[in-house]
Parts: sequence; C-alpha cells; structure tokens
Amino acid sequence: MDLEYGPEYDVFRKQVRAFIEAHSHLAPPSSDRAARPSSKAVEWQKLLIEHGYTARTIPQAYGGYGAEPDILQSRIIAEEFARARVPGGLSNQGISMFVPTLLELGTEEQKRRWIEPTLKGDVVWCQGYSEPGAGSDLANLKTSAHIENDEFVVNGQKIWTSTAKQADMIFCLVRTEPDAPKHGGISYLIFSMDTPGIEVRPLKTMTGHAEFNEVFFTDVRVPMHQIVGQRGQGWFVANATLGHERGMLGDPDALENRLEALIALMQEERLGQGRAIDNPVLRDRLVALQAEVAAMKYNGMRILSNSLRGEPGGMAKLIVKLQSCELAHQISALAIDAMGELGILYHHSPREREGGAWQWNYMFQLGLIIGGGTAQIQKNIIAERGLEMPREPKLAKISDAAKATADMPRHKQGSA
Amino acid sequence: MDFGLSQDQQMLRDAVARCLADTCPLDHVRECTERDNPLSDKVLRAVQDLGIPGMLVPEEHGGLGMTLLDAAIVAEQLAYAVAPVPFLASHVLTPIALSEAGSKEQKAHWLPKIVSGEARIGVAISETIEVRDGAGVSFAAGKLNGTALFALDFEGADAFIVADSGGRLHLVGAKASGLKAIALTTIDRTRSVGELRFDGAEAEPLADDGGAAVGRLRAAGRVILAADSLGAGQAMIEKAVDYAGQREQFGRLIGSFQAVKHMCAEMAARHEPCHSLVWYAAHAFDAVPTEASLVACHAKSHTGEVHRFVARTSTEVHGGMGFTDLIGLHYWFKRIGFDRQVLGGPETVRAEAAALQGWIKAA
Repeated sequence: MDLEYGPEYDVFRKQVRAFIEAHSHLAPPSSDRAARPSSKAVEWQKLLIEHGYTARTIPQAYGGYGAEPDILQSRIIAEEFARARVPGGLSNQGISMFVPTLLELGTEEQKRRWIEPTLKGDVVWCQGYSEPGAGSDLANLKTSAHIENDEFVVNGQKIWTSTAKQADMIFCLVRTEPDAPKHGGISYLIFSMDTPGIEVRPLKTMTGHAEFNEVFFTDVRVPMHQIVGQRGQGWFVANATLGHERGMLGDPDALENRLEALIALMQEERLGQGRAIDNPVLRDRLVALQAEVAAMKYNGMRILSNSLRGEPGGMAKLIVKLQSCELAHQISALAIDAMGELGILYHHSPREREGGAWQWNYMFQLGLIIGGGTAQIQKNIIAERGLEMPREPKLAKISDAAKATADMPRHKQGSA
Repeated sequence: MDFGLSQDQQMLRDAVARCLADTCPLDHVRECTERDNPLSDKVLRAVQDLGIPGMLVPEEHGGLGMTLLDAAIVAEQLAYAVAPVPFLASHVLTPIALSEAGSKEQKAHWLPKIVSGEARIGVAISETIEVRDGAGVSFAAGKLNGTALFALDFEGADAFIVADSGGRLHLVGAKASGLKAIALTTIDRTRSVGELRFDGAEAEPLADDGGAAVGRLRAAGRVILAADSLGAGQAMIEKAVDYAGQREQFGRLIGSFQAVKHMCAEMAARHEPCHSLVWYAAHAFDAVPTEASLVACHAKSHTGEVHRFVARTSTEVHGGMGFTDLIGLHYWFKRIGFDRQVLGGPETVRAEAAALQGWIKAA
C-alpha cells in the first residue's frame, strides 16, 4: 500500500497548483455549463489546452497538447482543479465520446477536420444512439439509411438526445444493411444538424425541464464519406467508446462533492431547536452514506492502481456505474428528508432551498440510474462477465418455450 | 502509487489460504463446533507454524513487527475458512495493547510467550463502547471490581486485558482469585466469548494514558472484524454463484434466471468496494493516524450492513438447502452476524463516527 505519487509527481502537482492560482480569475463560473460554451468558457478551454490541462494526450496535429499518456498526471490535474473548485476543461459528448472514437477509428482527414474545433468548443455534437424501440437492446435500432445517388438517405427517430438543440453535428447509428444480422447492419454516420429533414423536439422529463430531445429524420441526405469505420461496422465503432460514458457516470470525486454539500446542508438547516444533523436518525443515515462514499473512493483508487499496472479493472470497475448512481440518488434522497416539508419546494417557490437543486438531482439521478445502461443491464453484466454466471437462454429457445407454455392449461404454468 | 496488497501481502494471503484449505475443511469445523470446546488444536498449530501469533509483536520481542493490514489479510482468510481458532484478541489486540501501553516488564514477560504460543490473552473492552445489563469494571487499590461482558478469545486464555470504566487497561490472570470467568454461548461456535466477574481481583494496570490505548484497540478490533466479515462474505458469494451454476429447475440452471443472477450481482456490487475500504482502514491504522479511528468505524459499520445483506441473500440463492445444516452455509452466516454486533453494531459505531467529526457531543 503506497499512496504517495512520488517526487516527480509532487513537482507536477505544484505546477498545476501554481497555474490555477495564477489564472483562476480567467475561469468561467462553475454554473456556466451551457451546451454551447460561452466566449469566456472557450477562452478558458484554449488556455487549458495550451498548458496541457485538458486534451492533454491528444496529438498537437489535432489541436491537443500532445503529451504522452500518464494516468497519474491526469489524476493530479483532476484533483487540483476539483480542490480549487475551478472548472477544468470542457466536458461534453463530442469531447468525451466522439473525439476518442475518431482517434481510434477515424480517417486522417476526419481527425484533422473535426477534433480541433470540437476540443475548442467551436463545434458542438450530439449523440444519436437510443431510439424508442432500442434502449437496453440498442442494436435493435431501426433508423435506416439507404443509398440513393451516392448519398445516405436517413429516416427514423432518435431519443434521449441531449444538446440536440444546440448541436452543430450529430454522430449517429443507423441501419444501412437491413438484411444483415442485428449487430452487423449498423453504420456510424456524422452529419450536420442543419441538414434539411431534421426536426428536434424537446423531451420534457419528470424534472419539469427538457434535458433531452427527440430527433426525427425525414429523408436526411448525408454524403457517403461522412461515415466512421466501414459500412456495417457501426456497432463495433460505437462500442469502442461506450465505456467512456459509463466512466463519466461513476466519478468518485463527484460523489464526495455531493456528500460535502449534504453535510453542509444538514449543518445549516434548522430543525426545531437544533439542526438537521442533530436528529439522530438523519445523522445515522448521513454517516452510513459517508462510509459508502469512502468505500467508492478507495475502490476508485484501486481501479487507478490496476490501470497503472496495466491490469484490467475487473469487478472493481464493473460495479462502479450501478453503485455510484444509486449512491448519488440516496444522497439526494437524504437531503430532501433532512429538509422535511421544505423538501417538497420546487419551481422557484418561496422558501425553496438551493434553487430546488436537491429535488432536481433526486429526479434526474433516477434518470441516470436508468440511462447509460440500466441498473438491470448493469447487474446482468456484473453477473455474466464478473461472476461468469450462465447467460440467458437464446431468444429462439425462449419463444419455443413460450409457445409450449401457451398451449398448456393455465394452472400448470411454471414460474421461476 | 500502489493502492492494494503488496506482493509480500499477496503471498501471505495465499499461504494462509493454502494452509487453511489443508487443515480446516468444513468437516473439521463441524467436528470441532459440535464439541464442548470448539477450538481446533490442529488449526491453531498450523497458524502457529505460519508465525501468525507474532505478526504484530515488535521484532525486539521476537515478533515479526508486521502491520494491521497484514493482520487483516489473515483475518479475511480465517473467516473464509470459518476457522475455529483465537485471533482477534489474542494475536491482534493483545500485542497492540502491550506494545502501546505495557510496561517494560509486561512486554518482556508476555510478548515472547505470545510469539511462541505459550500464552494467550483475551481482551474485554466492550463496556468502553456500550454498557449492557449494568456491566462495568472499576479499579481501585490494585483491584478490579464489577463485570466485563464479551471477553474475546475467552476459551483457554491465560490472562485477560480488561478496560475499566475510565478506559484504562489492566492485565489480570485467568486464575486470579476474585475472578469468576463464565463462558457465553453465541450464534458463532467458531469463536469464544465469556463474561468476567471481578470481586476484588488483583490486576496489573497498563499505562494511564487517558484512554488512548483502548481507543487504538477499538479501531484495530473494528478493522479486523470488518476484514473477517469481508472473508466470510466472499465465501458466501462464491458459494451462491457456484450453487446457482449447478442447480437446475424448470430445465435451466437457476443462475440463468435474472431473478437469481441479479441477487448475485447485487451481492458482488455491494461487497466489492468493501475490500478497498477495509484495506485502507487497516493501512490508516499504522500510516494515517488522523483518519484511523473514523475510517475504522466506516469499515466496521459498512461491512456489517453489506454482509448482513450478503448472508441472507446467499442463503436465499441456495433455496431450502441454504437453510439446512447439510451444506453448512450457516457457519458463515453466523460469523457475519458476530462480526456485525461485536465492538459496536452499525448504529453504535456510526454514532461514534459522528462524534469523532464533532457532529455530536461524545456520550
């Protein structure tokens, strides 16, 4: 057990800290998280790239800083910006999902065309994966692209498309080979959101806000070269980066920040003669969550060490999305409970606390438990890949069995 | 930066695991726990041969001078094998108590005997955590009076280290006049617990350190119980997964049903981060003194909650078989139950964690 990063990293940490101290007055406020970055956020992003504090390992030829990958340096940068409560580099689906995909599987021309403006916040992307009939079973997607006059012609519908309203471009999974097996007929297209035939409808959620959209395609014409990977390889292309999304949803620093906010709330919020934290039942729940956040923090350090040794993350990594999303939800739930009747206030009500953020979080985090691979899909993955448990029988066998049971008298049907 | 077990620690883990797989199969555990005195001399000798009694004894007294993380690794394996041998009090808490608060003479007298296995000392500090049935021990004029409940590693102890109500530790011979030692029967036959009734029993005090040493014993004890819970939980998850991969119903392996698969996934998902929490808590005991007591509380309370869930869920995955004595799953179930309650159940330990952070006034 060695928790020191070593002297050369201590020097690096001092450099990062000195940079933040000298430049933090240029940073946009943390609340500035619009999909289309403000000019201040764009300038900050450019400064961070110049110093290697974001886009650190992306080659200079594509607008990055061009450093050799170093997990601990990246970790130190994240830690120091979080500690100073200064926003780090831009984080959006273009940067987190599309850029890594292009780096891995894009053509040289695509990399030169798209990576730099994406990193610099000039081009905003949205992701067109999920469809009404393709959620957990993403490969069941039906949006089609047939070829006409050397162009793809896209028809269909996407859902859960965040930032579609603001996006310049979309990276989108479509079915180009309708007769191929489910996973084999998909292609990964990129096209402008200004192309004729695209309609974006905001998707209002239980929070009262439209954090997502539905996107409808009617004869949307896409030039043949705007494809990443080969035709029919889209499933493979998309899977190359799905792991990045699950990683984004399980950040232990974010959990620690939520817990600290909860502790502050419970110390400030008055309850009768005392504070919320003086109530033994609420306090007991708080300490239980604190223990669980600590467990996830050290689990994160274990995953970091595994990757430093070049070992796979194993079970420690497989459980992160399921556990972190659940834990974040429980933190918000306790905040609402600690507020008692005040916990119901929302929509800018008088006496509302923190702009209704805890209620919004409580609802939105339920969305995160469902999105990015539902809790139930995560449990399948943990059981089948992590514990090597037997898979579900193939679909054909189930439908045979279903036919057989349908013919049986009702009272004889078995159940698991 | 390397979070996890060192190569030496992995070798230690594997050596203990191999030794217990050989000497302590479930049939042996069953045979021992059906006797009046369930301690296994055979496993105790094997543990002795591995040098485990001297792990935490400083080198100057003939021990190995190892860390609490090393001891936690051993605890995990002992629980995995449900080994009916003394460990927590005799091989962990006693060396720490004597090293940190023992006089020169006490150390010189006892520590080499602990290393060699000639002497075993039980520990009774429960009343510094929570008083039940009006128990409590007072010390005056060199004599102890009152009752100490839940003396750990009770059976066969040559002496006991006992905390008085002021938190000072005392050494008292098991055969001292004025001491009546009464065995308590618990759910978990693999570990022994007793009650000490003092009526003017002569005792040797350890250092008057304002409760510092007993605080260290609480922290170390909680980490070791958490590690024990981790090993027992690991065994129960593995057994559930194995069983679900063999048992067929409705023409399918039951492990292919999502209802069963998800029970196993939930156990694994909640259990896995406990490894890192326990390792860090053990590491902090020696290396991060400012965090040690708090993170020991977290490890104890959190593993208590997680493994209660694992214990009942693994039993359910085994169906009716899990409920029988035939496959012996209940040995681990009971070990987890013991680990949860001893040295403070989760609620008690969380209240202490809150007090440590200034969130409540200490009781």
